[in-house]
Amino acid sequence: MHSTVIVGAGPAGMAAAVVLARAGEHPIIVDEAEQPGGQVWRKPAAPLQPALARILGRAAAAEHEQAHAEFASIAASVDHRPRHLAWNLQGGELFVIEHRRIRPLRYGALLLATGATDRLLPVPGWTLPGVFSLGGAQTLLKDQGALIGRRVVFAGASPLLYLAALQYKAMGATVVAVLDTTALPEKLRATPALAAAAPRVLARGLSYMARLRAGGVAIFHGVTALGIEGQDYAERVRFRCSRGAEHDLAVDAVALGFGLRAETQLLDLAGVPLAFDVDFRQWLPIVDGDGRAAPGLYAAGDGCTIGGAAAAAISGRLAAYAILADRGVAVPATEVAMLRARLARLRAFQRALSRAFAWPAHWLADARDDTVLCRCENVTVGVVRAAVAAPLGPREVNRAKALTRCGMGRCQARFCGLATAELMAHALAAPVATMGRHRSQAPVKPIPLDATLVDEDTP
Amino acid sequence: MTVLRVNTAIVGGGLMGCWTALMLRRRDPGHCVCVIEKGKVGAQASGVNYGNLRIQGRHPGQLPLSLRAASLWERLPDLIGEGCEFDATGHLYAARDDAREIAKVETAARQASEAGLATELLDARALAQRWPWLNGFSMASWSPRDAIANPRLVTPAVARAARAHGALIHEDTAVHGAARTGAVFRIDAAGGLTIEADTLINAAGAWAPEVAGWFGEGAPIVPAGPPQFVTDAVPYFIRPSVQAVDGTVIFRQVRQGHVVVAGYPRSPSDPVANRAPVDARKIVNAMGHLLRAVPALEGATLLRVWSGIEGYLPDMLPVIGPSGTTPRLVHAFGFCGHGFQLAPGVGDVLADLVLEGSSRTPLDRFSIGRFADGSAEVAEHFTREFDRSLQVQAVAHPGAQRTR
Repeated sequence: MHSTVIVGAGPAGMAAAVVLARAGEHPIIVDEAEQPGGQVWRKPAAPLQPALARILGRAAAAEHEQAHAEFASIAASVDHRPRHLAWNLQGGELFVIEHRRIRPLRYGALLLATGATDRLLPVPGWTLPGVFSLGGAQTLLKDQGALIGRRVVFAGASPLLYLAALQYKAMGATVVAVLDTTALPEKLRATPALAAAAPRVLARGLSYMARLRAGGVAIFHGVTALGIEGQDYAERVRFRCSRGAEHDLAVDAVALGFGLRAETQLLDLAGVPLAFDVDFRQWLPIVDGDGRAAPGLYAAGDGCTIGGAAAAAISGRLAAYAILADRGVAVPATEVAMLRARLARLRAFQRALSRAFAWPAHWLADARDDTVLCRCENVTVGVVRAAVAAPLGPREVNRAKALTRCGMGRCQARFCGLATAELMAHALAAPVATMGRHRSQAPVKPIPLDATLVDEDTP
Repeated sequence: MTVLRVNTAIVGGGLMGCWTALMLRRRDPGHCVCVIEKGKVGAQASGVNYGNLRIQGRHPGQLPLSLRAASLWERLPDLIGEGCEFDATGHLYAARDDAREIAKVETAARQASEAGLATELLDARALAQRWPWLNGFSMASWSPRDAIANPRLVTPAVARAARAHGALIHEDTAVHGAARTGAVFRIDAAGGLTIEADTLINAAGAWAPEVAGWFGEGAPIVPAGPPQFVTDAVPYFIRPSVQAVDGTVIFRQVRQGHVVVAGYPRSPSDPVANRAPVDARKIVNAMGHLLRAVPALEGATLLRVWSGIEGYLPDMLPVIGPSGTTPRLVHAFGFCGHGFQLAPGVGDVLADLVLEGSSRTPLDRFSIGRFADGSAEVAEHFTREFDRSLQVQAVAHPGAQRTR
């Protein structure tokens, strides 16, 4: 039995480990990646380390370095297990796999800091080579200093479009345009709430836009009818601007960013209830303010509520204090109160952002029938629509999966599930929450068949 | 309150209930049939089972019914207008180098041929010649007529066909109770729906004992399910469906390339909470068994696991036939994890009973009365193929009257 196991070495998991280690604990932290950092604080390959500030921008690089320095300072007290996938959670055991060795881990407390992935929206051509998710485009950059293309369009509904576009520009890419699907008035409406919650973060975001404009990058707001075309890879992006004019841009790569979706499978496997969040338009686990999900089970970071890296780190610390407090260890009350207040502000900011950059789920109402919806099983929008319209057709997503294979493949509907629910809701003229969510089944990600079970204590 | 008057009401929109509705309508277009399903048609065991249309290896008492079902499966597009990935892949019932396993396969092959099913006994060399990718079996019985189909698709397709033939299908309609007054059944269902019927068919799967209980009889159903999983798509090469006789691994490949796998022992499932948990250790075991049987799958990945809520009876035989207490009440449940293949046959046989009063297919082994009079025995494989906790639960009261 290990006292505390943390899943995920991103901002939330790292921050929680720091609190636990400083309280004299020796947590295990399992993580899929080679190095700690998660997505936001991803460490570049060693030769790129000196270029960090150039890649990320100075402010982000400073936060990045501080987080890693703090985590490094507790290295001796933490059992960090990189390249470990936590693939199942059952009966008080967390099953992890590392290079074909499956190990069950028993724990006193389990903190799930599993983060988020990009949320995808199927637009025509989105599965063409050269089209990346925004997070994928940033991962390439941070991890390898590589770019997805030389002439890149950043499109979608996300404030991170502007940051990524700047990062790409700084690295020498031609940013052909930023195509923001949200309208300017919507964003202006959200500004007071954003300014109230986190003025500095807002200022930083606005400066990204200004710097892009100053650098001659075209920014379009209120973009509709977005589609990507090309013979064998992305060659053109077509869209309609807010004035109604049709545009056609030559590109060799496209990054699509439609916000984030929480990775909730392990919480779901543990039986933690999820509720539909109307702002983030996705299912999020029901936990208390400090991340308590069930006895002995805690959640923090974007896998719990979309909040961004700063909020993730704070929620990680709060969850660590909750673990300690639930064990009867005294925790610093003033600090906890301060963390709660900061977390509330940052999450309110993110909630306001989610309204300003609402993902255009209504596009699915008029999505073309031949658009791929589930890329793993190559199921189109038309196939799901036809199933819904048939006698005794599906009325929620799991049934649609059973009948059409939509969401049945490698990603287990992690990437098509939200869009499928929106599509069905439009087809049935029903609220999206009534379309349900895909039930999680192990493994969280595919594991090799030739894996074998080894004893918990086998090295 | 709405009162619906029908000739036959069927509780349970699983594969049994839907086939029965279709067969009744096909054979007597004037017969008014209603299926009442608490959730969606085919959502439980009918939809999440492994998809085996295996004839061989069954209890010999089931073979006439199974053969009748096979001839209906072979006409699936004629009957329902859809193919549902039906594929006559053939089936290998395979023994490892173990005298008991070999004897079991030989017995199964003999019983099959006595019932009129052509099978072929193949030794290790013949197996290697025909299926060089198969490993670790010393002999097998080969049944070319056995097949597979996609269970996720079949029940909804049969239900659509039944509806097209005029059957009424009520989904999301739980039945709260039923009683017989005079010569009429009154069934109280959700949404204030009352159904009056001359005949009541209990095809409620793992939930069927509750229905039987309203009429003073029961059966010791054990809700359980085998751990099942599917691999990522790999090039198509596994043509017959293969079953190790000890049940450690049962596998087939679908045309899209995914390998579908089931393995024993079965685990308990919970019909009240509607959960069918899958034990991670069993999955890892079954992965090992699969790789030993098909070493070429090295490098493939496990995509998803699942199980289901199937109704098992300790003698591993279903209940099919008239009630012992109530005229014109007919049961069809407890298919012990091998009902998928039987379903069209069961539908046709129940139509015999409803329309003609008797069936040419022998049903005596499947009487519900065997639990009341204590003649039901605990099957040998029931003690091997289930978790210990389940055996204790069933053996403790094999003849118990389950009334709620």
